[in-house]
Amino acid sequence: MSKPSMNWAAIDADPRFQALHRKKAVFLWGLMFISTVYYFLLPIGAAYFQDLFKIKVWGVVNVGILFALSEFIVAWTIAFIYSKKANAQFDAMAQEIINDAHKMGA
Amino acid sequence: MTKTFNKFALSIATLLASGSALAATGAVADEFKWMTFAVFGTIIALTMAVTYWAAKQTHTTSEFYAAGRSVSGIQNGWAIAGDYLSAASFLGIAGLISLYGYDGFMYSVGWLVAYITVLLVIAEPCRNIGKYTMGDILAFRNEPKKVKTVAALSTITVSTFYLTAQMVGGGVLIKTLIGIDYEISIIGVGILMLVYVVFGGMKATTWVQIIKAGLLVCASILLVFFVWLPYGFSLPDYLQAVVGDSKVQAQVAKLLGDKATTMTAAELGQRFLEPGLFLKSPIDQISLGMALVLGTAGMPHILMRFFTVPTAKAARLSVIWAMGIIGGFYVLTLFLGTGAAMLVGPAKIAAVDAGGNMAGPLLAQYLGGGADSMLGNFFLAFVAAVAFATIVAVVAGLVLAAASAMAHDIYVGVIRGDHATPQEQVIAARISSVIVGILAITVGILAKGQNVAHLVALAFAVAASSNLPAVLLTLYWKKCNTGGIIAGMLVGAITAIALVMISPNMTYPQAVLKAAHKVVDGEPAAEAKPAVEAKAGEGFTCELFATCKKAEPAKAAEAAKPAKPGTKEKLVTLQAKLDAATDEAEKKILQADLEKVKKAHDKAEGDLKKFEGQTTSMMGLEKPFFLLKNPGLISIPLGFLAVILGSLMYRDQRAEDMWDELYVRQNTGIHAEAASAH
Repeated sequence: MSKPSMNWAAIDADPRFQALHRKKAVFLWGLMFISTVYYFLLPIGAAYFQDLFKIKVWGVVNVGILFALSEFIVAWTIAFIYSKKANAQFDAMAQEIINDAHKMGA
Repeated sequence: MTKTFNKFALSIATLLASGSALAATGAVADEFKWMTFAVFGTIIALTMAVTYWAAKQTHTTSEFYAAGRSVSGIQNGWAIAGDYLSAASFLGIAGLISLYGYDGFMYSVGWLVAYITVLLVIAEPCRNIGKYTMGDILAFRNEPKKVKTVAALSTITVSTFYLTAQMVGGGVLIKTLIGIDYEISIIGVGILMLVYVVFGGMKATTWVQIIKAGLLVCASILLVFFVWLPYGFSLPDYLQAVVGDSKVQAQVAKLLGDKATTMTAAELGQRFLEPGLFLKSPIDQISLGMALVLGTAGMPHILMRFFTVPTAKAARLSVIWAMGIIGGFYVLTLFLGTGAAMLVGPAKIAAVDAGGNMAGPLLAQYLGGGADSMLGNFFLAFVAAVAFATIVAVVAGLVLAAASAMAHDIYVGVIRGDHATPQEQVIAARISSVIVGILAITVGILAKGQNVAHLVALAFAVAASSNLPAVLLTLYWKKCNTGGIIAGMLVGAITAIALVMISPNMTYPQAVLKAAHKVVDGEPAAEAKPAVEAKAGEGFTCELFATCKKAEPAKAAEAAKPAKPGTKEKLVTLQAKLDAATDEAEKKILQADLEKVKKAHDKAEGDLKKFEGQTTSMMGLEKPFFLLKNPGLISIPLGFLAVILGSLMYRDQRAEDMWDELYVRQNTGIHAEAASAH
């Protein structure tokens, strides 16, 4: 099961790979940042903004419950956005690089 | 292999039969026990059939550790959910919600958000460059023998903590539910899990986890359907009924103590949906949140699941499915917990198990028609069987992870220098599984009666402080190298463990003795106290370590309290009342009261005896030095810092030379381990 050797430095230097790398880095770490900040708002809100969390908005349902439920929605939305972007764009960009990989730097 | 398997299956059947003969009292009434065993038997038979089928297809190392990389994305999503939703989340979170309302629900959020980290930065790169273990990922561009040793140590540590918590929790749970002796439960779970792992490897483990996740989701949907149906599936109407329930209001009044006296019934009920009844220290929660969000992505048994799918794309799909199932399950838990609070009542739930673990099972029994009905007991039996399947499935995944670290990283990688034949590798894997399994059973039995709840949090803290910084930085930081990995993993793990050893999680004899004396001898009358204003602390470090004064919240004025009698005195008065009573109904009530007091009395007396003359904890401390229960806030940044400093101080040309290859491969999947043909 020997694998053909590749010129990894050449692939790394390829503008298409650099473009993929940049796009992914901004997108992934951006989403990561948003989700982390949004998550920690929950314990912070529950500890320091209790008066806000107690406001009833829908019968007995208060801001706190809606906010906790929104954490689920936000997590699922981020997962959905990422997978859509990855399936539509990142995979295609990577495939193009894979197709030409053995030619690069040869 | 098949013959040995048959022998094992037979011995398990015998063990279970002996278990049912030894069954003492549990939540399921004696006359309905056969039903529990029938449901248990069906589930065990089903998983055994799967194991038999999987064993026939498990010959190579890739098949044993990674199910031949033939698991589909959707299947793997279900298996991840099955691996992750342990009894702690299935029964524990529903229990927390039933006892403390909002805080229990808030607690569940972090367990889902954790998968964002897994999805975005861990799953696909790991699938692209990994083989069987976390050690493989770290060895890619670092010195293999060194990092594999450290990675294996960390994997075994994390898995053992988690495993011990699961085994002890499982043993107690089975005893509470159906009354099988603790030791027999542990041995039963251990042997069953070993059969799955040793014979069927990852393929059997995967399918046991899928079956369990399916059962869990079906059971939860069914229960929530019945709980929510009377309210026309309206959220406000349903919660209105929850907060209007007198049992819920009584629980809030009990939790709030003196503060509750000025509140109306409606206010008390509403308070159940507001934060602060259980989680009182925000810094501790943030610390736990960090450990969850970063620790899940560093859990060896979760990482390992990504090696079972054929491509990175399938790994992505599996996290999406896992997030749907896990998140959906936690939303259902909100209804299970509040439903149990409203229909069964927090007092009754806590009476069976103080941690609330019986909320789900008792709710099932209620919905089926109650403790005396056939259907009620069938529901209970079904939930008990799901709980049992849960423990076995989670334990199997953990044992496989620990065994792979032992066999693949240590034996094959370090001792044999990667020169073992495929046959030797599979044998090593099976032997390691047996060793880890026997270890798990032994530790489970030895830890009987110990408080192990903090071990789950500790496992996540070690994974977040040791494994995650190492994996993340080797994947994304060019300058990361062997020196950094070793320093980071050691510093992260040691800090996390050391901080827990001096934290409030440990037992401090003086506090235990004081509480026990209070129970036995009662409290003297207290004079009225004026209100106290909040005091600012002497700085942030004072909130973490007992070196200076921490901030104190404001206290409301307290009315004078009469003296409270202790259990010693109560026992005498109750006994006298009982002797004097003539009415049968009255006698019955008094008898029940007497037994309750006696139980509390015996427990306190036991504590007094156990800790008599001791003044310090295991670590020689009179009281906690580290004030948080969760060490993540300190140990995670230290873990990252140690990887960075270690890398900068160590020279490792290979790590830098390999960077281009690693970075290209983790992003494109070129040369990723392929699925074996089947």
